[in-house]
Amino acid sequence: MIHPDYEMVIGLEVHAQVTTESKLFSGSSTSFGADPNTQANNIDLGMPGMLPVLNKEAVDAGIKLGLALGCRINRKSVFDRKNYFYPDLPKGYQISQFTLPIVEHGNITIDLSDGSTKNIGVTRMHLEEDAGKSVHDFGADHHSHVDLNRAGIPLMEIVSEPDLRTPEEAGEYLKKLRSILRFLEVCDGNMEQGSMRCDANVSVRKKGIAAFGTRREIKNLNSIRNVMRAIEYEANHQIDVLENGGTIDQETILWDANKNETRTMRSKEDAHDYRYFPDPDLLPLYLTEERIEACSKSMPELPDEMKERFIKDYNLSPYDASVLTLSKANASYYEAVVGQKNDPKLCANWVTGELFGALNKQGLDIDSSPISPEQLGELVEMISNNTISGKIAKTVFEEMFETSKNPKDIVEEKGLVQITDRGAIEAVVDKIIEANGDNVEKYRAGNERLLGFFVGQVMKETGGKANPAIVNEILREKL
Amino acid sequence: MELYELGLKEAATKIKNKEISSTELTKSLLDRIEARNGEINAYVTVDRDIALEMAQSSDTRIKEGNPRLIEGVPLGIKDLFCTKGVRTTACSHILDNFIPPYESTVTTNLWNAGGVLLGKTNMDEFAMGSSNESSYFGAVKNPWDLSRTPGGSSGGSAAAVADYQCAASTGSDTGGSIRQPASFTGTVGIKPTYGRCSRFGMVAFASSLDQAGAFARNVEDAALMLRSMSGYDEKDSTSADRPIENYDEKLDQFDIKGLKIGLPKEYFVDGLDPKVKEIIDQSIKNFTDQGAEVVEISLPHTKYAVPAYYIVAPAEAAANLARYDGMRYGLRVEGDNLMDTYMKTRTEGFGMEVKRRIMIGNYTLSSGYYDAYYTKAQRVRALITKDFVDAFEQVDVIFTPTTPTPAFKIGGKVEDPVQMYLNDIFTVATSLAGLPGLSVPAGKMGFEGANLPVGLQMIGPAFSERQLLRTAYAHEQMTKFEPLKA
Repeated sequence: MIHPDYEMVIGLEVHAQVTTESKLFSGSSTSFGADPNTQANNIDLGMPGMLPVLNKEAVDAGIKLGLALGCRINRKSVFDRKNYFYPDLPKGYQISQFTLPIVEHGNITIDLSDGSTKNIGVTRMHLEEDAGKSVHDFGADHHSHVDLNRAGIPLMEIVSEPDLRTPEEAGEYLKKLRSILRFLEVCDGNMEQGSMRCDANVSVRKKGIAAFGTRREIKNLNSIRNVMRAIEYEANHQIDVLENGGTIDQETILWDANKNETRTMRSKEDAHDYRYFPDPDLLPLYLTEERIEACSKSMPELPDEMKERFIKDYNLSPYDASVLTLSKANASYYEAVVGQKNDPKLCANWVTGELFGALNKQGLDIDSSPISPEQLGELVEMISNNTISGKIAKTVFEEMFETSKNPKDIVEEKGLVQITDRGAIEAVVDKIIEANGDNVEKYRAGNERLLGFFVGQVMKETGGKANPAIVNEILREKL
Repeated sequence: MELYELGLKEAATKIKNKEISSTELTKSLLDRIEARNGEINAYVTVDRDIALEMAQSSDTRIKEGNPRLIEGVPLGIKDLFCTKGVRTTACSHILDNFIPPYESTVTTNLWNAGGVLLGKTNMDEFAMGSSNESSYFGAVKNPWDLSRTPGGSSGGSAAAVADYQCAASTGSDTGGSIRQPASFTGTVGIKPTYGRCSRFGMVAFASSLDQAGAFARNVEDAALMLRSMSGYDEKDSTSADRPIENYDEKLDQFDIKGLKIGLPKEYFVDGLDPKVKEIIDQSIKNFTDQGAEVVEISLPHTKYAVPAYYIVAPAEAAANLARYDGMRYGLRVEGDNLMDTYMKTRTEGFGMEVKRRIMIGNYTLSSGYYDAYYTKAQRVRALITKDFVDAFEQVDVIFTPTTPTPAFKIGGKVEDPVQMYLNDIFTVATSLAGLPGLSVPAGKMGFEGANLPVGLQMIGPAFSERQLLRTAYAHEQMTKFEPLKA
């Protein structure tokens, strides 16, 4: 929570690694986790006379993301050199896009927990190459070492407008962006491995004031949770400073996830002059209508479209629909559970409730779920046709999750089939009424809350297998 | 006549006809270099073993009856073309003992045509200079007068050809670095259209201007050399995807009658030595006598070419040379920390002229100055290009002097960079426009007590190399230029 007189203004810059086989300007492999410097060729090493050649696949990925975000696709864009010295930047410049990015002016619709949605502007998205990785104070000699495997890996830098107002909105923006990237299969969105990274620009202002405050840029946020925590911390810090009569300096700061605090990396005075200019080794990138059209045709269904379809076709709440369409894997799992015949709403409850809960607890993702969608579908079907009760189903689910067995087998082995035979239930009800004369009296005298007691007794007697609706009905009759 | 005096075509023919072997020719040239290089300083690296090994393999091919275009002929390679396993320094201390693990496309093409690597030729450091005096390996002497410069930056390549230390050599031209030394040494030098030769593996100076080209003692050899080194390369995004032309064939099939020669009035003004003008006028007269037509044209933005060039080229150079940081290859001078190591390495590694251009480049690109300098220079560049487009609607070829004077003295301009830059006045506009240009010997003149060659520059529309070389060949036939004696 922040000071009630203030509001936050947040803009995010996301670097998403494009899932291409080779680097943005060289043929080196991009696969993760290879031995240091084994995936850097002469071009990545910045050897004399080496020249960049643009990866077409990365360009197509950029076009697709641009289309997905409703951006203007620039028919001409330019690669620029961003000049600075650092040992993990072999050429002494990074090839990026400065003045003319590949796409501009889009937006992302985020879903908020109160069920509302908000449009967040996307200023631009450009393609650029990654730098290498520096490791300091490393090994017995405590020297700095450089790994250039990452140097030249294609990145899409997605810059948002300063439209975000809370850490929650920032988190939702990142989730939505990540799901769009994953649906398009242009980035795996894995923040921990660094294939999606985020910098946050944060400022605060008194409510009702139109002008933005001075912003500070938080670097190096490697999870959505850290993004949210860092923004919250930073906003409170800025408010403290302002409330104590101080001023905010435009700075770049680092988030320390261990200490839960930010610290200054460099002040505005130390800011680099990157001396951008068009890279003369690369011609301007011209995109033809045919190429854009081809990318457009190969676009998969996107999260928002899928969400609308789920609401319409499956009659789901917007919240359930957005949870289920957060990832392609979630969505296709859910659709497989529904299959041809199951009740979509009941399936949604089981997937978002029991299944996601159990997976979360185990730290598993949906692809490694011990329960297949077909098995869960079978379970839902057994509930729908009254083979088992919802309560029994939870027990069955637990065993399925543990053993990966089919629900039918578990129900059969343990004799958990629901008792729907009226005669059988009546016999149990009679037995319970006979054994609990006092409570029968009290119930009949007007204490209707005791019905629950009788239901409980019947269920206990039947090992939870009696159909609760029938039990209720018979009890009311007999009492 | 010694074997080392043979021209490129001549030598290739004799080798193919088994009149001489590549090994014999290579040995002859290696001996010539050994005898002469101490004085001329045209070569900075000569590897006898590699040269003889390549010659041997050419001789084997000849024996097998499988010769290629220039089979067995040894060549001089400017030291900015990376040669696999052979030291390549761009004549800079910062690339001390750099041995590339790869081959440039231009030299790959030459070896695929049967060429033999004789050695790496001297040049201005990173091709920055017009006199070869900025080389870390010392200045090259002009074989016509040892007190004079052979020009630059491809001074070693030009001097080696003029002095019979190779029949042909590669050069690179960013603002005149082939044409000016050709003019100063009485050789033929051609810079083709930007994109005709691949820049892959060529140490970069100014990427949007750098273009490889060729030196030889006659037009046919220059044409054959260019044919052997050019071609599309997918590894260079600015390379032109056009087929290679057989520039050296049918050079005489050219009708001078009706040829429209443009003479830009801006090039025949102040600073042009009257004796240079006399020689150029004679060349023009030779053409008009044969029925060519002279048209006075205007290239109105010419006077802005040198200033625009000295903004664009240093800007690109400043970024291109940032990779020489002592971290991965080349010179490294250890300092107390990272910044100190950078500073010590680059302070010691780069020479004066290179530092000057890095400073200019970083200045003009810096925030607040970019629009006033870089953006404006690019706009000027577009206007200069348009001047030529307009001109070539009226004429087929443009004739100008290559340089305002013949070769100047070593040390003559080194203290005054602006005077040095003005030496490029007739060549930079062509480079800014990316057009092909060549320099052919037009005559000799007395200059400061020496008898020195003077070059005629011919400029053509983009990718008109074939036409340009035929024009140059016609000029050569009419001029009867007497080259330096061996």
